[in-house]
Amino acid sequence: MNALLNPTHLQIDVSTHVVATSTRHESAHLHVTGEAIYTDDIAAPRGTLSAAIGYAPAAHAVLKSFDLSAVVAAPGVVAVYTAKDVPGVNNYGGIVLDDPILATDLIEYHGQPVFMVVAESHLLARKAAKLAQFDLEIRTPILSIDDALAAKSYVLDPVTTGRGDAETALARAPHRINGKTAHGGQDHFYLEGMIAMAHPVEDGQIAIQCSTQHPTEVQHIVARAMALPDAKVRVECRRMGGGFGGKESQPALFASLCAIAAARLGRSVKMRLDRDDDMIITGKRHPFQFEYDIGFDDDGRILGADLLLASDCGYSADLSGPVNARAICHVDNAYYLEHVRIRNFPCKTHKVSNTAFRGFGGPQGMFLIEHVMDEIAHTLGKDPLDVRQHNFYGLTERNETHYGQAIDDNILHEIVPELERRADYRARRAALREQNKSSRVIKRGIAVTPVKFGISFNASHLNQAGALVNIYSDGSVIVNHGGTEMGQGLFTKVAQVVAEELGIDFKRIRVSTTDTSKVPNTSATAASSGSDLNGMAAKEACRILRLRLAEFAGKKWDVDTSAIRFVNDGIEAGTGGEVRRWGFTELAHDAWFARISLSAQGFYKTPKIHWNRDTFKGRPFYYFAYGVACAQVAIDTLTGESKVERVDILHDVGSSLNPALDKGQVEGAFIQGMGWLTGEELVWNGKGVLTTHAPSTYKIPTAADVPEQFNVWLVENSPNREDTIYRSKAVGEPPLMLAFAVHHAIRDAISSVSDYKTSAQIAAPATAEAILNAVMKAQAAC
Amino acid sequence: MNVVRFLLNGVLIERDSVDPHMTLLDFVREERRLTGTKEGCAEGDCGACTVVIGQLCKDGAGRDRVSLSPINACIRLLPTLDGKAIFTVESLKAASGTLHPTQQAMVDCHGSQCGFCTPGFVMALFALFKNETSPSRARTCEAIAGNLCRCTGYRPILDAAQVMYQTAPAAASACATGMEQWLFSPATSDAPPLPGESELAEKLVALAHSDALRVKSPAGTFTAPRTVEDFSAAVLAHPDAWILGGGTDIGLWVTKGLQTNGTIIYTGDVAALKRVDETEIGIRIGAAVTLETAFHAMNRLYPELAHVWTRFASWPIRSSGTLGGNVANGSPIGDSMPALIAIGAEVVLRHGEKQRTIALESLYLDYKKQSRDAGEWVEAIIVPKRSTTGVFHVASYKNSKRNEQDISAVCAAIAVTTERGVVTQCRIAFGGMAGTSKRAALAEQALIGKAWSEATVRTAMEALSHDYSPMSDMRASAAYRMQVAQNHLLRFWLESDARQGSQGEAQAARVF
Repeated sequence: MNALLNPTHLQIDVSTHVVATSTRHESAHLHVTGEAIYTDDIAAPRGTLSAAIGYAPAAHAVLKSFDLSAVVAAPGVVAVYTAKDVPGVNNYGGIVLDDPILATDLIEYHGQPVFMVVAESHLLARKAAKLAQFDLEIRTPILSIDDALAAKSYVLDPVTTGRGDAETALARAPHRINGKTAHGGQDHFYLEGMIAMAHPVEDGQIAIQCSTQHPTEVQHIVARAMALPDAKVRVECRRMGGGFGGKESQPALFASLCAIAAARLGRSVKMRLDRDDDMIITGKRHPFQFEYDIGFDDDGRILGADLLLASDCGYSADLSGPVNARAICHVDNAYYLEHVRIRNFPCKTHKVSNTAFRGFGGPQGMFLIEHVMDEIAHTLGKDPLDVRQHNFYGLTERNETHYGQAIDDNILHEIVPELERRADYRARRAALREQNKSSRVIKRGIAVTPVKFGISFNASHLNQAGALVNIYSDGSVIVNHGGTEMGQGLFTKVAQVVAEELGIDFKRIRVSTTDTSKVPNTSATAASSGSDLNGMAAKEACRILRLRLAEFAGKKWDVDTSAIRFVNDGIEAGTGGEVRRWGFTELAHDAWFARISLSAQGFYKTPKIHWNRDTFKGRPFYYFAYGVACAQVAIDTLTGESKVERVDILHDVGSSLNPALDKGQVEGAFIQGMGWLTGEELVWNGKGVLTTHAPSTYKIPTAADVPEQFNVWLVENSPNREDTIYRSKAVGEPPLMLAFAVHHAIRDAISSVSDYKTSAQIAAPATAEAILNAVMKAQAAC
Repeated sequence: MNVVRFLLNGVLIERDSVDPHMTLLDFVREERRLTGTKEGCAEGDCGACTVVIGQLCKDGAGRDRVSLSPINACIRLLPTLDGKAIFTVESLKAASGTLHPTQQAMVDCHGSQCGFCTPGFVMALFALFKNETSPSRARTCEAIAGNLCRCTGYRPILDAAQVMYQTAPAAASACATGMEQWLFSPATSDAPPLPGESELAEKLVALAHSDALRVKSPAGTFTAPRTVEDFSAAVLAHPDAWILGGGTDIGLWVTKGLQTNGTIIYTGDVAALKRVDETEIGIRIGAAVTLETAFHAMNRLYPELAHVWTRFASWPIRSSGTLGGNVANGSPIGDSMPALIAIGAEVVLRHGEKQRTIALESLYLDYKKQSRDAGEWVEAIIVPKRSTTGVFHVASYKNSKRNEQDISAVCAAIAVTTERGVVTQCRIAFGGMAGTSKRAALAEQALIGKAWSEATVRTAMEALSHDYSPMSDMRASAAYRMQVAQNHLLRFWLESDARQGSQGEAQAARVF
């Protein structure tokens, strides 16, 4: 089946063509004028106070006592609170209760919140927070995965899983390699730092405005911390200045602190983290270390694999369980592993607790298998792309994952050769190899890597969503849903769905602030699921409204409800000269007058999925998203500096809801992934203090890092084979992993130094220093 | 004068008592409720707070003009705006509601996702729009290197930078006022000022004053003298005062170090310190000349250094920060000093009425230790003319984790004069290799008097390992610093060799 050329599935039946068009971001005109309101821009009530966190100055210590008298006496300080001031549960752990809001007797990372200062201004609060005196009994911190493994220090129990008999398969394999590799963490570097504002409301209620991907969790954790019922806490978020996973589990900490102070003081309290504090206090992408033992045949096809994935979870569990589970579920990437053993160690270190970050373990698992592919190719002297393709999941056989999910939507067999052609990969590879021979200083490399990424939260119960659609009597429409807007364009896509379903002009629709009092018990906007879940919930709400309006109109017009069409900004019935029409404005008014309910709640739960977290088997993913990238880099063998010169991407979004937004996600994710694998380096010193805690020292890509040739294509005529919202596919996370092409192209360039006699060993991030070290090793091997 | 007066989006702001540590960002967001300008890092590294500053200047025909530059509001201290015009993102949209071409292009190209960095990008692009007639992609990248976006991957923003020029003529012609028309019109190479610009220039002329600005508040005093004599006297009287140039470091003492100082003395309004003068021996760059202006002046003498200057921080930082400030600050990783030392620059120091001129390298004794006395300050930098004897090669190379807008791990500058194939003069200076910018005495020795060849360069590379004992930190390890420092000598050789037409490969020798 050729999805590129022969569309075999439903095309969208669009009448007004709102869906599948490149509608601009619903807030674009507000972004560019500075009129878009972020949490810090909300006009604060009179008397609003500012809060700041006083944090631990050591990575691991017994907190014997601390003296806050200087903090209390500092100018502008109104109140200082510690753990004993938390009225309810002093913990903001979402899954495991191991994240104290404020530390009590044990310090487990440098930067752990110990107390909170509330003052008349942001600056005064920050100044006062520095004045505490701590009496600590310093303990030796565990700061590396190796040390944690040696000490058997874990945040959760290690997992062993897999399929078949890896040991026997390895023993019988004609070729066998083993080795180690690793990658670092990554700071989210959302441009808007963490922020929350809490307002005391009558009868002990708390209202919170917060930059969060998970308003419901903030609500529930604040309620728990305040010993209040959920119904007394309301959380709102209109938009975030970036999230990327960083604002999934962590905002509850800051919201809880604000709530505690606001309730005690009877005044609104805002906490906005300074960038350095944000980077020190909040968790990042999990770094992983890997070991592998691989058996393969003469074609490079893997026969047996023994894989070890050890992650640095930091001091607490947070989301490390699901992150590691996703790493395990993506250690295959695009490749069939018939006999595989996987051991996973979620290590506990005395560092900030690592958390969700775009890809959520997926990039980590894939990092290992992509490394293995290059190693096999080097061993056999083959083009790594050939080895990758030899290992692809089959279409009709060799198509079940190691966790038991059948893959029935694989399009890599079509899109990889297609990209290979569009990028002219083979010819360019040969030419670069030739060129490298005569280039003394600059060496170039090229690589193609595929992505297969599972869509759905691993934990099945999270795959649910609600939406509320209100039609007002003037024909304007509000849609509210559980998803949050962090720039990805979710609100735009959901509004497109509503416009499409009701057949109305996009301009009639406002997507309103995400609000726990409107749609309850929502899941985080995470796992790339925002449009899949909330789009379907909104569609369902629209279906209900359409039914009511059609019944109403059917009676008025004396036609069958099935004859009524929602098109052209109103409804129509009949054909030819007999078409009857009711404009939406009039329809809304008339329906209201006739006492028809114009408000509906839609609900959606993802079908077909199930997951057994004890056996690590099931169908965790509703479907897979695919993509492939080709990258060419140049490296400077005198300094190790690298430059990505050209990138070609072919990425699968099913039938796109909005090609411009989807392309934006692909490009943005790719560049973010490239940053993770190249220049973004988190450095901790020997005492467990993060030394890269600001953009002066932590370097995300700039515009100049974008490849000058950057061709991004969405796979066309390839609708999702599952019945998702208009047959689209999730796009938030999968393209991040396309950036592996850059890492492997760098490896290829380094390998040229030894005329490809050695396989460059380079961990991520491939900083200039790491590249130069690898170059010198390659030179030494000559 | 004891009132700070400036124009904020055309509105006159007057403050007779202002905390001199207050940043422009806090002022616009907290006091004026102009919340379009964002705080992303409060250290001038992310650009979310980018605004545009308008300053009076003269054009070639002697007309009053307004030069527009991007600056980081987060580290710009409010009293330094006296006599200036500030444009925030709120000022661009026309009263009719029509978006500025920059804004419209960002919308049309899908240049915003989360939108938090967007106002900063809009203002950086607006500054580009008003300064360049048709910027290349490379120039655009350089102009927005100080603006970070974590969502888009930048491609649509780079597109918007092209599109804004295409849509500007139609948008400008529909403007209702002269001011709007000027804001909506891109830079022209040498046309007379539009009425809107002249109107603004007139307003700024009216704000100018010839006496010192002195603003007191309970938090401290801000003084902006007008003459070198007054300035020097003020520094002498307050040896512990902060001498404020562009504030691109002092701003961080305030926002990150949470420090204050009861006396701040500002260089930026001393007319004589803002001059660039051609002299018999070279060019004299006053202490308050911005990095951007200083580099333009130096590029005329040393075009080989132009590339490294584009890697010096970002356009907003170079538009605020001063060369004098960089030199006086004396950071071991300051990027101007290696090149200045390599080309033999001198520094004019002033103490009260006394002046002395010393070689720049002799200013730096050790980490944060200078040969300046208390009350002595950097008045000017003298950049000598190019050496005319023999064949002169000069280059400066910078290494950092990111090519744009990063702090150096190592910054190298090498100047070599050869006569008939023999090295006759040589000055090599490095940043990031010691407690100060420092010359590589042994490596220089290894070259002087020797044939200019790869073999000689290799002995100098070896000697370099005895010149420095670099440290390891979050930017690089000691071993890496030493290795690339040595390799820079080799690169310098390869490039100079190639320029002489032999088998070198300089053109292909650099990634950036």
